[in-house]
Amino acid sequence: MDVLQLLVSGLANGCVYGLIAMGFVLIYKATEGVNFAQGDFMMLGAFICVGLTNPQFMGLPFWVSVPVTIAAMGMFGYALDLVVIRRMFGQSQIALVILTIALGFVLRFIAGAIWGHEPISLASPIAGRDVRFGGLVLGLDEVFVIFVTILLTVVLWLYFNRTKLGVAMQASSQNQLAAYYMGIPVKRVHSLIWALSGMTAAVAGILFASKGSIDPSVGLLGIKAFAAAVIGGFGSLPGALLGGIIIGVIEPFAGRYMPSGYAQIMPYLLLFLILVFRPHGILAQVHAKKV
Amino acid sequence: MNMTVTAQRPEVEAGEVVLSVRNLESFYGPIMAIRGCSLDVQEGQIATVLGANGAGKTTLLKTISGVMDPEKGEILYQGQNIAGANPDKVVRMGIVHVPEGREVFPLLTVAENLRMGAYTRSDAKGIVEDEEMVYSYFPILKERRSQAAGTLSGGQQQMLAIGRGLMARPKLMLLDEPSLGLSPLLVKEIFQIVRRLNKERGVTMMLVEQNAKVALEVADYGYVMELGRIVMADTADRLLASKDVQEFYLGVQDHSPRGSKRWKQKKTWR
Repeated sequence: MDVLQLLVSGLANGCVYGLIAMGFVLIYKATEGVNFAQGDFMMLGAFICVGLTNPQFMGLPFWVSVPVTIAAMGMFGYALDLVVIRRMFGQSQIALVILTIALGFVLRFIAGAIWGHEPISLASPIAGRDVRFGGLVLGLDEVFVIFVTILLTVVLWLYFNRTKLGVAMQASSQNQLAAYYMGIPVKRVHSLIWALSGMTAAVAGILFASKGSIDPSVGLLGIKAFAAAVIGGFGSLPGALLGGIIIGVIEPFAGRYMPSGYAQIMPYLLLFLILVFRPHGILAQVHAKKV
Repeated sequence: MNMTVTAQRPEVEAGEVVLSVRNLESFYGPIMAIRGCSLDVQEGQIATVLGANGAGKTTLLKTISGVMDPEKGEILYQGQNIAGANPDKVVRMGIVHVPEGREVFPLLTVAENLRMGAYTRSDAKGIVEDEEMVYSYFPILKERRSQAAGTLSGGQQQMLAIGRGLMARPKLMLLDEPSLGLSPLLVKEIFQIVRRLNKERGVTMMLVEQNAKVALEVADYGYVMELGRIVMADTADRLLASKDVQEFYLGVQDHSPRGSKRWKQKKTWR
């Protein structure tokens, strides 16, 4: 029973890592750039939802503030690409890296200025309740996180494979020039991908904040999510989720069965091993790129 | 000189001029790739632009399809200047560019690739019909319809690229080096289909080729491009028969009466 509870809480954490990792992968696949502020996107989404929901701020009903948060983060992603990222076109990759790292600092500062630096948790109706399966007691929040992640994954899969715009997003990430030739508005597609990754980050943030408390520096766990994306195979959405879950599950078990302190380094040890023995990641989406 | 080129072509019976390029100049960074190029493509024809590597043929097509912006000059399509327009607008107007080297979407299936060709259209019924139409020209694509495009052979990918272009229901198709890297047999097959598309579907073709012989056999009218300029323009038959084209583009060697090969012939247009 103990093991099962560890497993479920690990899965729930892993789902959050996985969702952030999916945000990394979305942007990497579409634009071949890495958004190092992805963790801070998650943090911002979480704080927007906290700001809308919690009684000391606006006190809106939870089920109202969730869609508003997701929409706001979508618009934030779209606007960010439209106003800033698109102008970086033709610059070297490192420029985008530095830009997004700096953006992370700015977002942390803004969140701190608005909502303070004290840990807050989201006043969501799912926090702090239990569900019982036979003798097993699970946190409702953890079950909810896993459920929402599965749902979101299915929705994203359907979107990318069944809708015209979703297939066009795949197309422009696979061959940008050909997408131009077919009349796909590649720049707008890129902005929409940033919007999508903002929305995914918002969902991750809401889930994370209903599980525990957040503060403006919580976005730094984006590093772990980055490791998850690399472990899963950068460029594969299912891989990102899988990588996140692996890291999420390893952590509590390492904390339980290994000397203290090892739990923190386990994700990076795994990252190291994967980079040495399987550099393309677990679910590598390898196709030889034509020169 | 190129100004005069378009004037001296009364032999071709008059179809409507669908595309007219006037004094076009285009740059690749600091390099001037198109140096004042003018040419006409008539409706229902197959026009070919021949030239060696680096002559500016691909740049010309990219400038027409809007992927590159010209520095100067006009591109008149059905009387409207489309120079500098965005590619999606150009596709919507009926010009589709089938790029050099196939450029399929490798991880999408054949059917998805075709659907992407119809991205600018929203008539669901017409798209389904056109997909069947493409399969009727390229039956092999129907067999492979749910296979990833990256797993197709080179020839099949070229067919897919042409089919994908057709899905936009173009009036004018810009074909860039369809023979590149294909066996002679496949080249023949592809060009037969190009010819059929031109005759049966009424798609005007602008064909860019290094393989001058094949291109001139299928084309109605031809241009020879060198260093960003049009240096010759004539009907395809006359170009095939012309001494210069034979020597420089068809590799026919001229032997002098003494039996030794003439070392170097001067091009008449220099």
